[in-house]
Amino acid sequence: MTDTYPALSLVPKSELPLSAKDFKSDQEVRWCPGCGDYSILSNVQSFLPELGLARENIVFISGIGCSSRFPYYMNTFGMHSIHGRAPAIATGLAISRPDLSIWVITGDGDALSIGGNHLIHALRRNVNLKILLFNNRIYGLTKGQYSPTSEQGKITKSTPEGSLDYAFNPVSLALGAEATFVARTIDSDRKHMTEVLRQAAGHEGTALVEIYQNCNIFNDGAWQPLKDNDSRDDAMMRLVHGEPIRFGADNEKGVTRTADGHIKVVPVAEVGEDAIIRHDAHAKDPGLAFALSRLANPRTLQNTPIGVFRDIERPSYGRMARQQIDDVIEKKGVGDLQSLLNGSDTWTVS
Amino acid sequence: MTKKVVNLHRVVIRFAGDSGDGMQLTGDRFTSETAGLGNDLSTLPDFPAEIRAPAGTVPGVSAFQLAFADHDITTPGDVPNVLVAMNPAALKANIADLPRGADLIVNTDEFTKRNLEKVGYKANPLEDGSLEPYNVHAVALTSQTVEALKDFDLSKKEAERAKNMYALGLLSWLYSRGAEGTREFLKSKFASKPEILAANLAAFEAGWSFGETTESFSVQYEVAPAPLPAGTYRNISGNPALAFGLIAASKRSGLPLFLGSYPITPASDILHELAKNHRFGVLTFQAEDEIAGVGSAIGAAYGGALAVTTTSGPGIALKSEAIGLAVSLELPLVVVDVQRGGPSTGLPTKTEQSDLLQAMFGRNGESPVPIVAPQSPSDCFYAAMEAARIAIEYRTPVFLLSDGYLANGSEPWLVPDVDSLPTIDPDFATGPNHVDEDGAESFWPYLRDPETLARPWAIPGTKGLEHRIGGLEKADGTGSISYDPENHDRMVRLRQAKVDAIADTIPGLEVDDPTGDARVLVLGWGSTYGPIGAAVEVTRRSGVKVAQAHLRYLNPFPRNLGDVLNAYERVLVPEMNLGQLSMLLRARFLVDIQGVNQVRGMPFKSTELGAAITAAVEDLSNETE
Ligand code: SF4
Repeated sequence: MTDTYPALSLVPKSELPLSAKDFKSDQEVRWCPGCGDYSILSNVQSFLPELGLARENIVFISGIGCSSRFPYYMNTFGMHSIHGRAPAIATGLAISRPDLSIWVITGDGDALSIGGNHLIHALRRNVNLKILLFNNRIYGLTKGQYSPTSEQGKITKSTPEGSLDYAFNPVSLALGAEATFVARTIDSDRKHMTEVLRQAAGHEGTALVEIYQNCNIFNDGAWQPLKDNDSRDDAMMRLVHGEPIRFGADNEKGVTRTADGHIKVVPVAEVGEDAIIRHDAHAKDPGLAFALSRLANPRTLQNTPIGVFRDIERPSYGRMARQQIDDVIEKKGVGDLQSLLNGSDTWTVS
Repeated sequence: MTKKVVNLHRVVIRFAGDSGDGMQLTGDRFTSETAGLGNDLSTLPDFPAEIRAPAGTVPGVSAFQLAFADHDITTPGDVPNVLVAMNPAALKANIADLPRGADLIVNTDEFTKRNLEKVGYKANPLEDGSLEPYNVHAVALTSQTVEALKDFDLSKKEAERAKNMYALGLLSWLYSRGAEGTREFLKSKFASKPEILAANLAAFEAGWSFGETTESFSVQYEVAPAPLPAGTYRNISGNPALAFGLIAASKRSGLPLFLGSYPITPASDILHELAKNHRFGVLTFQAEDEIAGVGSAIGAAYGGALAVTTTSGPGIALKSEAIGLAVSLELPLVVVDVQRGGPSTGLPTKTEQSDLLQAMFGRNGESPVPIVAPQSPSDCFYAAMEAARIAIEYRTPVFLLSDGYLANGSEPWLVPDVDSLPTIDPDFATGPNHVDEDGAESFWPYLRDPETLARPWAIPGTKGLEHRIGGLEKADGTGSISYDPENHDRMVRLRQAKVDAIADTIPGLEVDDPTGDARVLVLGWGSTYGPIGAAVEVTRRSGVKVAQAHLRYLNPFPRNLGDVLNAYERVLVPEMNLGQLSMLLRARFLVDIQGVNQVRGMPFKSTELGAAITAAVEDLSNETE
């Protein structure tokens, strides 16, 4: 296992193999029937045994929102915290406890609205956290107001004439925030999600995984074009590192670079196979990843990439922080409390 | 020229100059030499909020006041005996505090037409007779410094910059201070700049010999050492003392120290001090904002660290929701509030005690948090250890209410032997604590210790203790989410009872009532200890009977507080706010409290407190006659 996930080398391994069942807590799951959160929960529970980690060294931390109930359903350590603050809380835990595998569960409102500041700073610091952002483009728990990822013009209870805000694109935002790992997957595709989680788990530092999740109560069908059998392949491209970026029912479309340096979707037949860009998730420069993140039409969802946009190596904040401490101790020795208190300027009264 | 040597019991010096004149450094060096001579002392730095306020203006004046004595003192003094004014702005800003007959040392070089106009002096005060009440020593500090350094390879500007060392040399001679410590200090400060080092040393020596030779100073003063308890002493201000207290608590509990903090005046120096001490395994995390500061600390506490967040009043306002989460999670957390003038941004560099009610009540819901307040700069060390003890033993956030005066003021500290410091037992949960109906062992995260009512602290990595906690109400015992009204009522009361139970482990309030028949009690908390003590001493000397007590624990109060209050006919509560402790005492004990309140950004003057005490005592005897 250690070989597969070098980033998890400090986390103790489970003595006995675990199964999905071992990760189910005794709490009754209380999402609305049909909610996309169910499949994400079950995918995560089925995937975790693969890591071979000791269950007590896994922690789930969430903020507030429908998705943030997630930790209650995981038989690991967990904290359901306050709105937007999960990345900050998880940061303190991650940098002080390198022996833990820490997962942050958040939503589009929690991560991008009230908690936006913590999210971008966790990303740029590269704290060893795996952040799963359930994006349903709506506020569910407060009963259906528009969210920072809602398309402009969204009619909701708080915006009867349509929302005015321009939406956030979480992947673009993360890339702009110096994220070292950014991926996108979708609640209905178990295989794809598992593969993305696998790569995220093995990444040292912050991994942001945006999960397109359906809220069937307040925003049903938000991702439908990416799910329906007859539209899915036409709308969605799967990014695979090292592979040409091609998609379409007959794999007839591809992404190419235009003369002015932009990228665009073209019929492969028109430009030839050689003109199709190969995906490079490990590129130091986030330019291609960013350009890919801008391809989709936010309304029709045409040209939506899923998969790992970016995955680069950079030491995590926690590792560097501990290294600094080790270096100081190696140079000056472990601190002596009495000499600290005395300081350099004492006098004696007898 | 030999000069007459006069012995003094107590001296108060105020160094005042432009922000760029190095007055804080000058004050620090003088303090250090004074401490080394065994005087008791107390200091009060007073500097502008702007980093480089416009030069030569009144708002740009930076001052450092120091009292030192051959006896025990607790305040930096109400008024200076000596004022060093480096420019007209410094004179203007401080002259009103100078009593008649006091020594006034002015840097005449700066009294140019332009500088005088800048601060609104129509005539030169050195010439118009307005300084006649004082013993003026007009010294051309700048040009004499430049003259003394003429053989050095320095620009005029660089030479002028050494004028604070010239002034320090002069004052050091005047009060027979040592020079060795300052020489050593300069050597290490300018180790890489030998020319600047030599110039500063030369300026210091020149100031010293000017004192010896000039006729402007006819006497030299000495202040004998104060009879302090035997031991090793150092000088310390509140912020480093507080940081050391946290490190000590980490050592004595065996828990790694984690600080999550966002820079804010006047608390940042605690972050700096801890960041300097990574060799103690301290993790310091400068967060993206105040909320992340406390959030990261809560995360670290969950992981088993001694977690701390440091800030001032505005930062507490931002952290309130997260502190409420810590109340609900019942995790140990030390929240340090170095109070400053408010509301809003208020007066960042000035002191105030106006966050007491914020600490007490500034959260949603019934959200009790214990409060500990240090009473002097060195006491910040012990108060920090005590806050950590309560946090760890009771699994609760604890407020440590310092303030700007304690943070920056300094005093001699009898350094404790670390082996004599108390130990703290984190008492982590290691295994199941409950047997289910089916006979299986399980872990209940909210099963309380019957005595302290504290819940178990089970940290990630402990096999078999996997559990979930959160900000939603929890079922008593199991900790599962519960919306049951009866359960909520019980949990709210339990959390309150837990905080109330802390009173079992704190000492009763001690009252100092030497004659035993005083009718008036002066009760303070926090940094007013020094001024109240000085005021009580002075009033007692004039024959007035008064009792004094000082609260270190604001929540919960010591068990005997009600009895103490009821034993006096009148209770005076001086506070640097509009009566926040008074309000708590009235509400809790239904007693009449007479508040003495000021919010001028500076500590109480003991004379004004003394007058208030005397008036209260007289008023009471008039009433009963
Ligand atoms: S409101 Fe929407 S997101 Fe929330 S649980 Fe129901 S379906 Fe899921």
